Amino acid sequence: MSKKVLVLGEAREGALRNVSYEAIAAAKTISGGGEVVSVLLGDSVKDLAGELVKFGADRVITVEHPHLKQYTSDGYGQAILAVIEQESPEAIVFGHTALGKDLSPKIASKLQIGLVSDVTSIEGEGDDAIYIRPIYSGKAFEKVKVKNGIQFITIRPNNIAPLSKDDNKTGDVNSLTVDITNLRTIIKEVVRKSSEGVDLSEAKVVIAGGRGVKSEEGFKPLQELANVLGGAVGASRGACDADYCDYSLQIGQTGKVLTPDLYIAAGISGAIQHLAGMSNSKIIVAINKDPEANIFKVADYGIVGDLFEVIPMLTEEFKKLKVNA
Amino acid sequence: MNIYVLVKRTFDTEEKIVVSGGKIQEDGAEFIINPYDEYAIEEAIQVRDAHGGEVTVLTLGGEDAEKQLRTALAMGADKAVLINTEDDLEEVDQFAAAFIISEYLKDKNPDLILAGNVAIDGGSGQVGPRLAELLGINYVTTIINLEIDGTTVTIKRDVEGDTEVLETSLPLLVTAQQGLNEPRYPSLPGIMKAKKKPLEEVELDDLDIDEDDVEAKTETLEIYLPPKKEAGKVLAGDLADQVRELVELLHSEAKVI
Repeated sequence: MSKKVLVLGEAREGALRNVSYEAIAAAKTISGGGEVVSVLLGDSVKDLAGELVKFGADRVITVEHPHLKQYTSDGYGQAILAVIEQESPEAIVFGHTALGKDLSPKIASKLQIGLVSDVTSIEGEGDDAIYIRPIYSGKAFEKVKVKNGIQFITIRPNNIAPLSKDDNKTGDVNSLTVDITNLRTIIKEVVRKSSEGVDLSEAKVVIAGGRGVKSEEGFKPLQELANVLGGAVGASRGACDADYCDYSLQIGQTGKVLTPDLYIAAGISGAIQHLAGMSNSKIIVAINKDPEANIFKVADYGIVGDLFEVIPMLTEEFKKLKVNA
Repeated sequence: MNIYVLVKRTFDTEEKIVVSGGKIQEDGAEFIINPYDEYAIEEAIQVRDAHGGEVTVLTLGGEDAEKQLRTALAMGADKAVLINTEDDLEEVDQFAAAFIISEYLKDKNPDLILAGNVAIDGGSGQVGPRLAELLGINYVTTIINLEIDGTTVTIKRDVEGDTEVLETSLPLLVTAQQGLNEPRYPSLPGIMKAKKKPLEEVELDDLDIDEDDVEAKTETLEIYLPPKKEAGKVLAGDLADQVRELVELLHSEAKVI
């Protein structure tokens, strides 16, 4: 049976995040030929609606309110529940982002339904959809189905490919007025630490440093390489514990779990806890002085050498490649 | 202050995962307190020491989880509760877990509930926010700093690397992110004292919960290991050549650049 699927679009600093398009692709699969309705919440988001249509949404509903300028679970909760009440969807897809992780359990609890979090792929479609998600930090996977009621999932960024963009596609954009009241949380300030370039959780290329980076200064060559590749810099727990970088960069069992197209591990030994955070990356490159380092066991390509020699050389080579391309 | 901490028993982070008969093998594995829950326990103890009150650690599971509760008591928690579902329920999903815990807590008037932001086994991060919703209290996830002044609470939370500073009030549920604090190790006197601290065990019957009320909404069909990776290619030769070869391989063979 075809389903009506509601998808939450997510904007960050005035632009839609990729995961919004990936969620539409997931919704399309779950819908089994039904309707995909995208939802945008914020203080001024109407202008972004067209993009969602071009990437596959059949229709967009916007809820605009001054209280939705910044995310709060109360504000967004009230808005999305109003849309759910109006639309009665048979499935709901959020991104498994900071926002999606925070909001989805509240909505699932309110609706007394199940929720499959952090889905990385979908088998089958419509009523037969089966959701695949990593467990034990990616050391294993499980296949899950929703027994009855609304199918509610969050999808991990970077895993489900968006549909190709169709610039000629059109769809209705309607606004819904929702009274947002009684916010129990007031956001005082947002300190941007990740302003330097690309969002680590959505990056296609990640350059990660470990204890071998030796100092805060030591991360600079990694950042330069990341800049050339349009990637983001991450770190092992060892590097964070040694105060070379902020914990927000930590990749691993505690920390972020990433699946970029290219993961370059520089001066990382490859403890099992770190592997849990990156071993499902598409291509892994290891650079380490120690040829016995565990990281080489999961790497597709390895260079035994000093990262302070190898990384700047790589940066130069990639620059040449970009010029020639 | 009446403080509760939700704790989960999980595999040690060092453990290799073995699947047989479609299930994760637990025999011989080491178990620990979910690492994120340790931050929650530590924070609860610090809040109690600063503001007075009592810390109760609570877990849902089987008899085996008593060990992790004793560890939390040894760290400094005052009381423990084991909601034992071993004999009653085959599959406990996040819906069921949150409902059962809410039934236990609904008449306990907690001021503050702390939990880890995610468990490293199931990895869904749902139970905390679901529970807050069921109890009708506010929640804040992935916190890295907590300050309480009367009923006003000032929090810093991690949002994908950015830090959000916000204000809210008690009663409240928070989930801990790494960086919140440095969890203490249980001291020897702490371990001795923990043996005598109260550990209450309740079952679904004690909470007037019918098995039908907590039938899981989702079902795990299969558990499997990711395909084993073939050993990669370690390059050789002059370093400059290796670097050129690597860039070529990433561009032409792997096609990721």
